[in-house]
Amino acid sequence: MIDRVFRVGEEFKRLLLGLLVLMGLGFICYLFQFTKGLTITGMSRDVSWGLYIAQFTFLVGVAASAVMVVLPYYLHDFKAFGKITILGEFLAIAAVSMCLLFIVVDLGMPHRLFNVLRYPTPHSILFWDMIVLNGYLLLNILIGWNVLDAERMGVAPPKWVKPLIYVSIPWAVSIHTVTAFLYAGLPGRHYWLTAIMAARFLASAFASGPALLILLAMLIKKKTKFDPGEEAIQALSKIVTYALIISVFFVFLELFTAYYSKIPGHTQHFDYVLFGLHGHAKLVPWTWLSNILAVVALFLLINPKTRKQEKTLKIACLATFFSLWIEKGITLVIAGFIPNPFDTITEYMPTIPEVFITIGVWATGFFILSVLYKIAVTIKEEVAS
Amino acid sequence: MDKGKRDFLKITGACALGLSALPLVKATAKEKGPAYINIPKALQGKRWAMVIDVRKCQEQQKRGECNKCAEACHYIHNVPKIPNEEEIKWIWKDTFEHAFPGTAHEFVPDELKEGPFVLLCNHCSKPPCVRVCPTQATFQRADGIVMMDHHRCIGCRYCMAGCPFGARSFNWRDPRPYIEKLNYQYPTRRRGVVEKCTFCAERLGEGLEPACVEACPAKALIFGDLEDPTSEVRKILKEHLTLRRKYELGTHPNVYYLV
Repeated sequence: MIDRVFRVGEEFKRLLLGLLVLMGLGFICYLFQFTKGLTITGMSRDVSWGLYIAQFTFLVGVAASAVMVVLPYYLHDFKAFGKITILGEFLAIAAVSMCLLFIVVDLGMPHRLFNVLRYPTPHSILFWDMIVLNGYLLLNILIGWNVLDAERMGVAPPKWVKPLIYVSIPWAVSIHTVTAFLYAGLPGRHYWLTAIMAARFLASAFASGPALLILLAMLIKKKTKFDPGEEAIQALSKIVTYALIISVFFVFLELFTAYYSKIPGHTQHFDYVLFGLHGHAKLVPWTWLSNILAVVALFLLINPKTRKQEKTLKIACLATFFSLWIEKGITLVIAGFIPNPFDTITEYMPTIPEVFITIGVWATGFFILSVLYKIAVTIKEEVAS
Repeated sequence: MDKGKRDFLKITGACALGLSALPLVKATAKEKGPAYINIPKALQGKRWAMVIDVRKCQEQQKRGECNKCAEACHYIHNVPKIPNEEEIKWIWKDTFEHAFPGTAHEFVPDELKEGPFVLLCNHCSKPPCVRVCPTQATFQRADGIVMMDHHRCIGCRYCMAGCPFGARSFNWRDPRPYIEKLNYQYPTRRRGVVEKCTFCAERLGEGLEPACVEACPAKALIFGDLEDPTSEVRKILKEHLTLRRKYELGTHPNVYYLV
């Protein structure tokens, strides 16, 4: 099936070339980091995780959200999603690939990566995260590829794929739950030490992932002969709506507990992101941008008129995606370290090479996604004609 | 693609998968490694702990700024002097409100407010850093000491997020150019790994007390085994009220402060 990638138009070639340039720039910056160490990043003794781990956290959510098309189609026989399950699964492959890359670029000793396998440590959540993420990647490759191949041949997928599909549904939930557990079990990091963390992660993932999927489906509809179908997009938009409402509701629950109890350990991190703490306020503009985008998205999504119109739905999905990207891809991880265990404040600002490495990894993910989508869409077009 | 090619690819894939599992087989099938040598004069303990007498330290400070514990420790262990946000420290002085956030109120005596409180790894009995480490590069010894294996650490810094005491430092850059005077008796670290106080495990093995304890001119640092009812630390804890940092988090820190 891979040969489909080579039968491409000029526009697609330019897209891949553009992504390759970004990947190259990121790679050069990574070589710089590889020789100098993580000192070239904005991270410090106090804020010891930054942009990389935050992107990882956000993208696990995007990966997990594939379940939002797989579950209705395979468990509830919701036919409209039949055409786009492959888009969900391939998005998951690209997202998990980015997650793994973000972990690798964050390591101080990347060549010792396999120590995690050589010395398996079940009491570390990171060990389990490695297992569930790689397992999820494998599941989606196997399922996506075989179902698409069967579609190309005009036959039913092999029998052994079905059980894997059923396994992939709780597995998707597990990847984001385990990723939340990375944070939610640390004593002394009160911003993260909250039982609702996994639920919050899943709610925001089921909004941001499907929002991206809608945008991608719209793009595919515009650029190719494959139409993912209005019904599927509309059903996805309802998923985004409910998930975003629940996600915002969960944040309010956190705010209530913090500000009604007034326990400093709980309030000060929220103070830092919402209003600034002792004159330190680098994340405040980001937080409010995220809040405003969420309000805009909710307004456009809850109103059926704007939700049904392609133009406004597109804006709503963009707003949802960027709002939640800021929340999980920036503020949630960084603010957990501010203030530090001594109740003092060291702020964090990523450096230019750090940003380029981050963009490079995103470009790699979108390169994988473009290639996979190209294959999927070409096959869909062939089958249709 | 015809059938032959596909089967070839499948077999190749299976072989590659098998080969990649080889290190796992090697790791699990290995023979038992060399045993430890027991030096008779080595200090033996079941739960090493430290009491820090803040008043004695204060008195010493009145006679002139004293930083002997940190100087001795950082020299012996080749701890680099890197300024600001990439600082590496095993033992250091801080104020009451930083050592015990939330405990200090506005009317605390000025003397106590300034401390100094000598801070170091608490060698917790239930260490969260050990719990979260994905490679067991940080581990707990039978005598309670929380140790680091700098050859195994992958530099993920999960332990730094896990430690509620800010006791861990990461080598963001190559530390070697920042070591003022090299001690050839102790290894240096390379960049990309986490390090911290080890309660001088290497000195205990030779029958010596930790370097900071030995260096303190005020004898404000007292080291001993909490499981030994006759030890000095046990005596002090029985006779005086002592504080532990963030005891409420349940990590069971083994450094006690006498105020």
